[in-house]
Amino acid sequence: MAGLGDQGQTIAGWGNIGVPGHEVLSERLERASADAVLSRGLGRSYGDSALPPPSSREVLGTRLADRILSFDPASGRLRAEAGLSLHELNRLLLRRGYFTPVTPGTQFVTLGGMVAADVHGKNHHVAGCFGSDHTRMVRLRVADGRILEVTRESHPDLFYATCGGMGLTGHILEVELDLKRIPSPWIYAESRRIADIDEFLAALAEYERFPYVVGWIDCLSRGRKMGRGILDGGRWATAAEAGAKPLPKVPSPSVPLMFPNWVLNDLTAKAFNTLYYWKHLAKEKKGLRHPDSFFYPLDMIRHWNRIYGRKGFTQYQCVIPEDSGRDGVVRFLEALTAMGGASFLCVIKSCGPESKGTLSFPRRGTTIALDIPARSGTQALVDALNRVLLDEGGRIYLAKDTFTRAEDFRRMDPRLEQFQAVRDVWDPERKLRSAQSVRLFGDPE
Amino acid sequence: MRVAILGATQGMGRAIARLLAERGDQVFVLGIEPEELARTSADLQAHSPSHMPVGAALCDLADPSTFAAALDAAEADLGDVECVVVTAAIFATQDTLEEDLDRTELLLRLNFTNTVVFCEHVRRRLLQRGGGTLCVFSSVAGDRGRKPVVLYGAAKAGLSHYLEGLDHRHHEDGLRVITVKPGFVKTGMTAGLKPPPFAGEPVAVAASVVRAIDRGTPVVYAPGIWRLVMLVICALPRFIMRKVGF
Repeated sequence: MAGLGDQGQTIAGWGNIGVPGHEVLSERLERASADAVLSRGLGRSYGDSALPPPSSREVLGTRLADRILSFDPASGRLRAEAGLSLHELNRLLLRRGYFTPVTPGTQFVTLGGMVAADVHGKNHHVAGCFGSDHTRMVRLRVADGRILEVTRESHPDLFYATCGGMGLTGHILEVELDLKRIPSPWIYAESRRIADIDEFLAALAEYERFPYVVGWIDCLSRGRKMGRGILDGGRWATAAEAGAKPLPKVPSPSVPLMFPNWVLNDLTAKAFNTLYYWKHLAKEKKGLRHPDSFFYPLDMIRHWNRIYGRKGFTQYQCVIPEDSGRDGVVRFLEALTAMGGASFLCVIKSCGPESKGTLSFPRRGTTIALDIPARSGTQALVDALNRVLLDEGGRIYLAKDTFTRAEDFRRMDPRLEQFQAVRDVWDPERKLRSAQSVRLFGDPE
Repeated sequence: MRVAILGATQGMGRAIARLLAERGDQVFVLGIEPEELARTSADLQAHSPSHMPVGAALCDLADPSTFAAALDAAEADLGDVECVVVTAAIFATQDTLEEDLDRTELLLRLNFTNTVVFCEHVRRRLLQRGGGTLCVFSSVAGDRGRKPVVLYGAAKAGLSHYLEGLDHRHHEDGLRVITVKPGFVKTGMTAGLKPPPFAGEPVAVAASVVRAIDRGTPVVYAPGIWRLVMLVICALPRFIMRKVGF
């Protein structure tokens, strides 16, 4: 066994683009957070949000601090340590009829991370964001060492800056929220194969009758087929629809090792996308779906990020505001397909109104997310996409970002000023920072 | 099953307690800090399918005078204690211990003497009720004297030895003694150390320990691969052990 230190270790986000550094795990966040510059949950943010700044090289890993501190079966009110994973929460409580009010597309996230990224999900159009719309309280260790119970009433500025604040306002130690009662553990879902972008946008609007909606688009197809894909909508099945059928355990195979970089190329991506499209042979499908396959299709293959190889990848997720309308989305997709960033997966959905989280990502409009392998041209591609996005008045999602330039981010998100003002009050010296905040917010290294 | 666990607030003890609570076993937790015990009790209650409250009592491995009262409290709460699990112990690297004699003395006393004294309390109680299970965490470090774990390993070797003797002496009386020998497991105890190959996750280790408790398996390596690793290490000649770093 070796001692403390870097030992040449690197630490990376889900996109596998690493920096020198390591994570120190602790079950006792209150003790361990005293000197830490940043907390990190399960490391599912794609970019550098949960990576240490260059001068520190160490982050506090929270995933062992995962106790449920209170749960009231009558009201669904839950208080837990920040490292509790959504996977564990679902494993324990889905069968018993409770579900998180908002879930992202993976359950391998911690409650603390969900607040820090103010995550949204397939139900954003009706439910908003996890932190700013549903979290009741966060227990926060702020930069001066104090530990505060922060609610929207007690410290409104700090609360809303923390929701979506990427862990930069303080270490999130505990989270309290109300879980939703669900009528059965099954999902009733409908899905539709969609031929082009106009049909897609119309169907997205039509599917808003469902609380959960998400679409996948083949963003390699151009011209007439541009924007073809599959749209999924769902709601919790009623007890009568679900019957007494218990949830089976879904197997989750793992990608055992890093794929060589050549595995993912334009050809394989195109083949995958075509296959995925035609796998949905029927125009429309209806029926019961396992919640794991509905909410977390990517979780079924553990370590799927390894298919992008050692060079890693980034996810580009942006929201195109409603004002830009159909044409804005089409302009963006045209630019994207013209630049040809081979993407296995491209996800599209409508967002509801903007939440109060100071830097919370979603706003009314259409959000598009795509994976881009990290290659020599990736920076240029992201720059180009950001130029298109800036013209539409949209913005990117910090939890996904690795390549956006500080000046571009500032133009996209004027709310940054307000966020920095809150940090000026609580952490004027910028004790709490990340690789991302150094890159994008001008924090000291 | 009714189980008392010393060390349930952290690491592998926590994982085992959760697994037991989740399948409906009645659990009682023993530990040093009241606040930590309360948090763990609440967590276990949430894990229990019937939302059963979980009792707790103070028990400090550094202070044997707390042992009897703690076990009394467990008996009072559970009605009858059928199984006692001991995961509590302290850890320090060989380098740290070599620089700090007080710490060395403390580690040897807690991990060997006091753990054995605690087990003796349990032995009497279990034998009195006609048998039961005593499951204690030793370590692969106790299998052979090795450079990185000279002192820690010595205490664990003594503990493993004691547990083996106990098994031989009282198996016929219905006492099931289970010696758990974890390899490197990624818990708070090993935080800051670089995980070697075959490092285990607490949840997986807990699952194999609970299986051993159910079956009465006397020795458990966790993860299982460590049985093989230690077999090889124990077979290596001394001149090699003097050269290698493990």
